[in-house]
Amino acid sequence: MNRQLVVIGNGMVGHRLVQALRERDTRREWHVTVLGEETRPAYDRVALSSYVDGTTADELTLPELGVQLHLGDPAVAIDRAARRVRTASGRTLSYDALVLATGSVPFVPPVPGRDLPGCFVYRTLDDLDAITAAAEAAVARPGPGRRSAVVVGGGLLGLEAARALRRLGLSPQVVEIAPRLMPVQVDEGGGALLRRLVESSDLAVRCGVSVTAVAPDRGRLTATLSDGVELDADLVVFSAGIRPADALARAAGLALGERGGVLVDNRCRTSDEDVWAIGEVAALEGRTYGLVAPGYAMAEVVADRLLGGQATMTPAELDMSTQLKMLGVDVASFGDAQAATPGALEVVVDDPVAGTYSKLVVSGPARSDSGELVDGARTLLGGVLVGDASRFASLRPLVGSPLPADPAAMIAPGGVELGADALPDSAQICSCNAVTKGAITSAIAGGAHDVPALKACTRAGTSCGSCVPLLKKVLATEGVEVSKALCEHFGQSRAELFEVVAGTGIRTFSELVDRFGRGRGCDICKPAIASILASLGTGHVHDGEQAALQDTNDHFLANLQRNGTYSVVPRLPGGEVSPAQLITIGEVARDFGLYTKITGGQRIDMFGARVEQLPAIWRRLVDAGFESGHAYGKALRTVKSCVGTTWCRYGVQDSVGLAVALELRYRGLRAPHKFKSGVSGCARECAEARSKDFGIIATEQGWNLYVGGNGGFTPRHAELLASDLDTEQLVTIIDRFLMFYIRTADRLQRTASWIESLEGGLEHLRAVVVEDSLGICADLEAAMEKHVGSYADEWRGVLEDEEKLARFVSFVNAPDTPDATIEVVRERGQPVPLPAPGVRQPTELRLRRPCAVIGAGAPITAHDPAGADR
Amino acid sequence: MTTVVPDLRWHDVCDLARLLPERGAAALVDGRQVAIFRTHDGGLHAVDNIDPISGAAVLSRGIVGDRGGVPTVASPVYKESFSLLDGRCLDADGVSVTVYAVRITDGRVQIGIP
Repeated sequence: MNRQLVVIGNGMVGHRLVQALRERDTRREWHVTVLGEETRPAYDRVALSSYVDGTTADELTLPELGVQLHLGDPAVAIDRAARRVRTASGRTLSYDALVLATGSVPFVPPVPGRDLPGCFVYRTLDDLDAITAAAEAAVARPGPGRRSAVVVGGGLLGLEAARALRRLGLSPQVVEIAPRLMPVQVDEGGGALLRRLVESSDLAVRCGVSVTAVAPDRGRLTATLSDGVELDADLVVFSAGIRPADALARAAGLALGERGGVLVDNRCRTSDEDVWAIGEVAALEGRTYGLVAPGYAMAEVVADRLLGGQATMTPAELDMSTQLKMLGVDVASFGDAQAATPGALEVVVDDPVAGTYSKLVVSGPARSDSGELVDGARTLLGGVLVGDASRFASLRPLVGSPLPADPAAMIAPGGVELGADALPDSAQICSCNAVTKGAITSAIAGGAHDVPALKACTRAGTSCGSCVPLLKKVLATEGVEVSKALCEHFGQSRAELFEVVAGTGIRTFSELVDRFGRGRGCDICKPAIASILASLGTGHVHDGEQAALQDTNDHFLANLQRNGTYSVVPRLPGGEVSPAQLITIGEVARDFGLYTKITGGQRIDMFGARVEQLPAIWRRLVDAGFESGHAYGKALRTVKSCVGTTWCRYGVQDSVGLAVALELRYRGLRAPHKFKSGVSGCARECAEARSKDFGIIATEQGWNLYVGGNGGFTPRHAELLASDLDTEQLVTIIDRFLMFYIRTADRLQRTASWIESLEGGLEHLRAVVVEDSLGICADLEAAMEKHVGSYADEWRGVLEDEEKLARFVSFVNAPDTPDATIEVVRERGQPVPLPAPGVRQPTELRLRRPCAVIGAGAPITAHDPAGADR
Repeated sequence: MTTVVPDLRWHDVCDLARLLPERGAAALVDGRQVAIFRTHDGGLHAVDNIDPISGAAVLSRGIVGDRGGVPTVASPVYKESFSLLDGRCLDADGVSVTVYAVRITDGRVQIGIP
């Protein structure tokens, strides 16, 4: 620690400088002394107005930084030759580097009476304490009428002051010399709406006039305006702008800007190499900045420079964007809000009914020397938003970039909503802390996966917070990437690959991955492509290379269970099963030692079959007339039915007959996910058809078709697609629906989320498959006819093919030796796997109720083995 | 410096033709269950057949592919991928399966056990 840094000024910018220096000066090169004029520690002046809402001074206080701090002892002179600062108390401090962060002082117009008791400025916590005391005294004073205040200045600060005064129980009147409120930030149109909106919130506004005098009047004040009007007031608050607090620098002989402020270059260095100036006192290349964000950026630059860095101020860091809620009105302004750029065009959407005003300023059409149009009025220069500033976060970072859409569409109600991906990496997301999108995305890549983490490591969103919605958008596009790529091997979505396979005639994975992908696939793309090939009717699922694409269920045509055994489900169309078939299933299960359970899809599942047992089991089943139930496939599972007119007193249609016919029609049809159906013979809906991907409910006139239902993790009721169909119409629409789903859905996307993902949802689906709006129905029907015509039972196909059968062995070198790791215990008279350690224990119901329970003491145990088509 | 290579005892398993490209086969070798894989480029790999995550002897029935060019098999139970080169689980830290030496002699696949 060998060099002395003296910082004059303990406001937000001075504080930020010390904080940045403390964080980076790990070798403690600098000893820091801070001189503060106020007696309070540094506080958040941006949130000053919240003080009247009850936020305490403590809550506004910025963190202590562990440096030498002299409060209430402002610097009074700088001896640059001796590099010494003298303070009001007579302290003398030597410096190696001096930073001026004295900020600004309120501008009070030189009107007579401005120093009278009852006249205030709005700048510090002490000012607010004084205003509060005066307001409380005024309110407490006896006498008729509401107590009132005059606010001189209708800019950002003036409106904040007016709000604070109203909060303190006064009736404020705002006097603004410009023709509109917030003249720096908003234009005429925005100002007009802003005025209308704030006036409706009980605030009187006078624009285009100035205060010419303040005079005492029977214990109160009278403000005289330039138009002769006299306003009575208990308080007058001057908030007509600020001036750089540059008196000290002026006295020290430092160069000043033309309109005041200590002149600095883009390193924030003054005309004296050892003296820097930051914040509102600095005239950066001649211009002063009254917002905290550029001040912070200057603090960062100087901290860097003090440690030998090369940082400079960039134009982006001088962003004067503003977004705030002013008296309940959202106001935002960014870039060239006043369209001062030569040739700039203004696009305005002004909706007085909705109370919103939006303006974008874009560059005019520019032509190159050869007359070619080089910029078709697309570069965003700035904008104004009043009433609804929700688009601010996404528009502001685009300043200087071409707009991705027509300017009017970007601000029209219901127009283009910008995603974070529309922003270039250089776009500034957080203007308070000068954080670019590039910095955010690299932080995300570095593991910051939520807003708090991003705040912690980039400081974005930690000041005004207006960029937090945009941070979320960037997280959404970066962290939770919505890529349609199937996996690392294919950049295409499943629907695109379906079109590729259908269009090119490619029928092997190898050719597809060679031409349209990379690598050798994985457990995501291989089954998806196997499914596409199967949907297009490429023969048995184990033919040729297809065998290597199938996951274990499709490879062994059975459902893998947790202990490495499989379950077997023969098809029982419509849930109908004859006594002879029941006996066969019973005998097979008994002979092979299988556990049996009724599924939710009205069929019977046999569990515990070892790989090498599967062919023998299926030989018995196929011989008895059964075929594969495709319980293992992403395919049609079951068409559940009630007994309908066959037995039921209330049935109005033959639900069993239809269910059987539909199950036989669509059996073996591979799809992006499993799909199920149900047919109910009347409106009582005993088949629970509305919980199915396609459900049919009988009506007196025919059938109602519902689509998009499922049970499972996110239960959904199917919605009505078409009503009172005859059977032929019904089947035609189902054919189209299923084929459209198979062609366009994502991998593992069930019908419900597929319909939701369609633009236009169910209405669009109805247009396509009922009204044939795309003209593809003939294709869809032909594809279904091809499937129906080429169906063959997969298990019969295996049993008739020695090569396929040869894969059903436990060990390639010991084909009939059972896997010794499979151990079985008996439960309720049936064989089940050993409980997995710590995972699954038999459920024992021991109800400790006061009344007697039949068979008390004998535990009831229950298991819930993984079913094939529950 | 010398590297000590343990003596391997080679066990005959099956004809190479019994191994389908990009499909595994389970073998019983010296009382152990070994999953043998033949990759698209003709490479042979052998790892323990027991999936350490589910405990089921099923790795030979997983889908063979690659991750970033590393040949892999995905467990058919909970889908974790294992590198066929070093047996490391690519989806769970600290999990791996034993890798066995495998060779072809006179068209026969052989597994080497230390």
